[in-house]
Amino acid sequence: MLILKNLDVYYGKLHTLKKVSLHVNKGEIVVLIGSNGAGKTTLLSTISGLIKPSSGSIIYDGREIAGEDPARIVRMGISQVPEGRLVFRPMTVEENLLLGSYHRYSLRNRSAVREDMERVYSVFPVLKQRKKQLAGTLSGGEQQMLAIGRALMARPRVLLLDEPSMGLAPNIIREIFRYIVDLQREYGLTVLLVEQNARSALRISGRGYVIETGRIVLEGTSEELLSNRDVQRAYLGRDLDSEVII
Amino acid sequence: MYWDKEKECMDREELRQLQLERLQSTIHRVYMNVPFYRKRFDALGIDPDDFGSLEDIRKLPFTTKDDLRDNYPYGLFAVPLREVVRIHASSGTTGMSTVVGYTRNDLKTWSDLVARILVAGGITKDDVIQIAFNYGLFTGAFGLHYGAERVGASVIPISSGNTKRQVKIMQDFKTTALVCTPSYALLIADTIAEMGINPNSLSLKYGLFGAEPWSEAMRKEIQDKLKIIATDNYGLSEIMGPGVAGECLEQRGLHINEDHFLVEVMNPETLEPVPQGETGELVITTLTKEAFPMIRFRTRDLTRLIPGECSCGRTFVRMERVKGRTDDMLIVKGVNVFPSQIESVLFEIEGTEPHYQIVIERRGAIDEMTVLVEVSEEIFFDEMKKQNELINLIKQRLFSELGINVDVKLVEKKTLERFEGKAKRVIDKRRY
Repeated sequence: MLILKNLDVYYGKLHTLKKVSLHVNKGEIVVLIGSNGAGKTTLLSTISGLIKPSSGSIIYDGREIAGEDPARIVRMGISQVPEGRLVFRPMTVEENLLLGSYHRYSLRNRSAVREDMERVYSVFPVLKQRKKQLAGTLSGGEQQMLAIGRALMARPRVLLLDEPSMGLAPNIIREIFRYIVDLQREYGLTVLLVEQNARSALRISGRGYVIETGRIVLEGTSEELLSNRDVQRAYLGRDLDSEVII
Repeated sequence: MYWDKEKECMDREELRQLQLERLQSTIHRVYMNVPFYRKRFDALGIDPDDFGSLEDIRKLPFTTKDDLRDNYPYGLFAVPLREVVRIHASSGTTGMSTVVGYTRNDLKTWSDLVARILVAGGITKDDVIQIAFNYGLFTGAFGLHYGAERVGASVIPISSGNTKRQVKIMQDFKTTALVCTPSYALLIADTIAEMGINPNSLSLKYGLFGAEPWSEAMRKEIQDKLKIIATDNYGLSEIMGPGVAGECLEQRGLHINEDHFLVEVMNPETLEPVPQGETGELVITTLTKEAFPMIRFRTRDLTRLIPGECSCGRTFVRMERVKGRTDDMLIVKGVNVFPSQIESVLFEIEGTEPHYQIVIERRGAIDEMTVLVEVSEEIFFDEMKKQNELINLIKQRLFSELGINVDVKLVEKKTLERFEGKAKRVIDKRRY
């Protein structure tokens, strides 16, 4: 569904992505793990067209989309949920959701947008309860749901999720991750998930990639990555040397 | 039947993408974790960020058996020893043994790849598999063992040797599949005959043979004598062990597990890639190994990639059965001779037994090659005339196959050595 091949990205002179190749099959949840500054957000923003790659290709549904205008990429069905959620705090929940369908909002489409909003409300009932509330007054978890809901308003087929667990309490993280699995299972969404919370992310995904300083250094099923000692040491926070082996 | 249909029948284009992703990450990992590769890449000015296609692999130097020996025992491991859960050593067909290691993930991958090969060769969880490879440092037995358990078959870890007992267990335990070297399969077949057992009374259905080159004629012989379907499988400890490639029931070449191994076929002298479909030395790069990744390992095995699709539905490319090893190749009177060529000739001649030995000597400046071949009792005790006719026939056939004159001697049945593991059929007495 989404195939990246030899993607090179520079920030000025800084080579931030180095010949990155990866793929996400239809209906898969694929996780990209890596530490701060490894290039995870850059990768997602390059897919959504916010950053232009200097070379390489991004094939989406058989079409080259590298360097394409972000608005068109959204229309083609790829939505990014940005890190830190970035909801519009002084606006209501409903207004935030409407902005997610801004690119296709018109009188003619009004009822379709309405339907989409109902669909988002059915996924996240709490948003319906708070639809008139200002986004800034929501809890962190609710804001994350709002950010995902806003992305769903564009009727995406591929969801790019950037650190959805950031700053959330563990039980809320679990809830958010459950929602991600639901979106994949029940709505057939394809998900590329960037996470520092590697353990939870690997539990809900089928495959994953490890990115270090702009390079993919490991690819495998989530099960394999969970049992890879380098991954355990660097991203799962296990101090292997102090563990007693029985 | 497939073990992992999604992978084994995957679209070629998707396969190439997966191979590229895995090649790129493998190159980064060996560069980071194995000083041997880092030094080598640096000395040659190779930038690990500079691999954008599968063909770019040609920029990398080969890794040879000598490199493994120079780094004996653990120098090429890409993970610390505490992450290694299994150690094997090469079977030492040639020279000193070399050491390889596996992480837990490697062992899991290995079992899965062997499972693919077993299923391709007809095995299901209902089979009773007799593993008559020698259990030990050699990867053959353990590789097949864990793969068979992964499939869910009932595994009899009998190891090699004590052939009469093998047959007894085969009878009593109702073995349905035999796993060993092809030469040992023949010895077992002969033992069954000697013990006066009708092979049709056994439960045997399948045989998966490997660890040494064998010919199509030898397959026929084994299939006829044991009343089974025999398939070939290929692997080498430096790469992983068995599970690198295996035949499906079409019996037309071995499917290479390409999602885990990237193969090239090179001319062993020029080290240039051979034209598509031609014979050369197989070179393998591992794409997923954690503990012991290998970059462009020269296997010294001669084979060719078979173009075209296989009717079994698997999309993985097939290699032809290994014709021989570059170091098995004998140069006799200036001509390249592979023992497998001689084997094929002998198997086609009525009256000869499938046991032979090749002796090479030097008289003065001239190489003399003698083929000793066992013949049935009738022929051995038959009149000279018939014996001479047979000798002449073999000589003629060998001449047309090899292009040189070879001396042939007939010997009585069971005079030549038998092998429970890998056969050793060449005795080269030349001194240089």
